[in-house]
Amino acid sequence: MSNYEYHKPQTVKEAIGLMESLENAKYIAGGTDVIVLVKQEKLAPANLVSLRNISELVYIDTKDGLKLGAGVTHSAIANNEFIRKRYSALADAAGAVGSKQIRNVATMGGNICNAAPSADTACPLLVLDAKIVIDGKAGKREVPIDDFFLGPNKVALNAGELVTGFVLPDLGSNTGSAYIKHARRQAMDLPIIGIAARAAIKIDGNEAVCRDSFVAGNDISQTIKRLEDERLVFEDVRIAMGVVAPRPVRAKKAEEAIKGKIISEKLLKEIGEIAASESQPRDSIRGEAWYRREMVKVLTGRAILRSIGRIVGPEQMTNPNRLW
Amino acid sequence: MKKEITFTLNNEKVVVEVDPGWTLLYLLREVFELTGTKEGCGVGECGACTVIVDGDAVSSCLYPVLEAEGKNVITIEGVAASDGTLHPLQQAFIDNNGVQCGYCTSGMIMSAKALLEKKAVPTEEDIRTSIAGNICRCTGYVQIVESVQQAAERMKK
Ligand SMILES: Cc1cc2nc3c(=O)[nH]c(=O)nc-3n(C[C@H](O)[C@H](O)[C@H](O)COP(=O)(O)OP(=O)(O)OC[C@H]3O[C@@H](n4cnc5c(N)ncnc54)[C@H](O)[C@@H]3O)c2cc1C
Ligand code: FES
Ligand code: FES
Repeated sequence: MSNYEYHKPQTVKEAIGLMESLENAKYIAGGTDVIVLVKQEKLAPANLVSLRNISELVYIDTKDGLKLGAGVTHSAIANNEFIRKRYSALADAAGAVGSKQIRNVATMGGNICNAAPSADTACPLLVLDAKIVIDGKAGKREVPIDDFFLGPNKVALNAGELVTGFVLPDLGSNTGSAYIKHARRQAMDLPIIGIAARAAIKIDGNEAVCRDSFVAGNDISQTIKRLEDERLVFEDVRIAMGVVAPRPVRAKKAEEAIKGKIISEKLLKEIGEIAASESQPRDSIRGEAWYRREMVKVLTGRAILRSIGRIVGPEQMTNPNRLW
Repeated sequence: MKKEITFTLNNEKVVVEVDPGWTLLYLLREVFELTGTKEGCGVGECGACTVIVDGDAVSSCLYPVLEAEGKNVITIEGVAASDGTLHPLQQAFIDNNGVQCGYCTSGMIMSAKALLEKKAVPTEEDIRTSIAGNICRCTGYVQIVESVQQAAERMKK
């Protein structure tokens, strides 16, 4: 047991007010980071301001793009059909966080505000061009996610401010995305590295259309061969890497280098090399720097392919003209 | 400063004074003396403390006690029928050697119960995903998966 007072505001306004008036106060959502830190005595707040009972923080709005409340749990995201189909990378990541017990209470807001270099949902939000919606006593503002992460456990929030949600643009139906979490085991483990990708492709100058499938094709080499034959072109690609820098980062040089090029095994290899050159991994108990760099090379291509697989399926590649 | 909370514990309404710094696990074990729920790691890693809150499996060691207000909490003590008849999951764990030392068992059963309430006919993958956060150092998991499969089958009938 610990010595904090616990407050349960019902509205965002009330929460911001409490944060302003209370000494040594901290927001708590699912508590899966906060309670652990308190128990480990790395954090000793006098007051916890709970966001759990604020219904205005819990929404999944799919009308125009995707709008998510900060209080949405990883379980809710991983189980949402629309997110699985159209923002697959985010569903991949949310479904890979911790365990059921963790996902049932842990929130998107908590994952992003805790800002561990290993935060699983960070890379997907980076490739999906998310904006963070922030509220505080100075009013509401929006920050692109790339400007939100400042360093390990450091984010661009002023004192008392909280994240109310996330806005993700409609990326069109020619876009697929994926997140690959590379860990020692499938559950209950932080990633050694995490790679997210999003790809939009064109065929004969036309946009390929998403097949709304969560399951990507398995046989990667076969897929590539077919894609090469059909001369599919990368229209737009985003790549983000986790645990290879003090904060989750985009591989912007790699993204530039891939634009407008025909999909090929050689190209994906080159892109992996460029992405690896943009990473600055360190040695840690989960993996050594050289290994992380090697895995960036491998997994970058794989994440891009999985994204494409979500636009076009290998089973449909035999007659690409009928795909769309 | 103590606060009073009201919630449903194993199908009974309870009113209890709690300290805001407690976890739900502390309340269950130290106040209600429901010691079937175990503390393994205390930090969310092992699943021994799993209970069901409003239908979802959660780690009670990370659950701030004041958030239990108004919730429906089920622990391993609330799984068997009131006449003492074991739940099909409990019986299946016994019949299939899903229990060895028993330390993980309450948590395993709560995770499995939460799954079966949502999905009466789970795949093996569903089962493995649901218990992925429950560590067992004895069984090797195979018997546990078999236990859950058999319970699901018996419950269908
Ligand atoms: C056993 C275990 C396994 C885990 N596995 C993973 C994993 O695989 N991948 C992973 O990425 N993480 C993992 N985590 C870490 C954690 O579960 C996630 O980071 C989770 O998303 C945090 O969400 P929460 O709601 O529990 O946050 P909390 O613990 O409530 O809060 C985290 C931080 O964010 C702040 N905060 C929360 N919400 C807001 C808001 N709306 N506005 C402003 N600040 C806010 C809090 O003040 C705190 O600093 C794991 C944790 C445990 C205990
Ligand atoms: S005691 Fe709660 S998960 Fe280990
Ligand atoms: S039976 Fe001993 S830990 Fe599972």
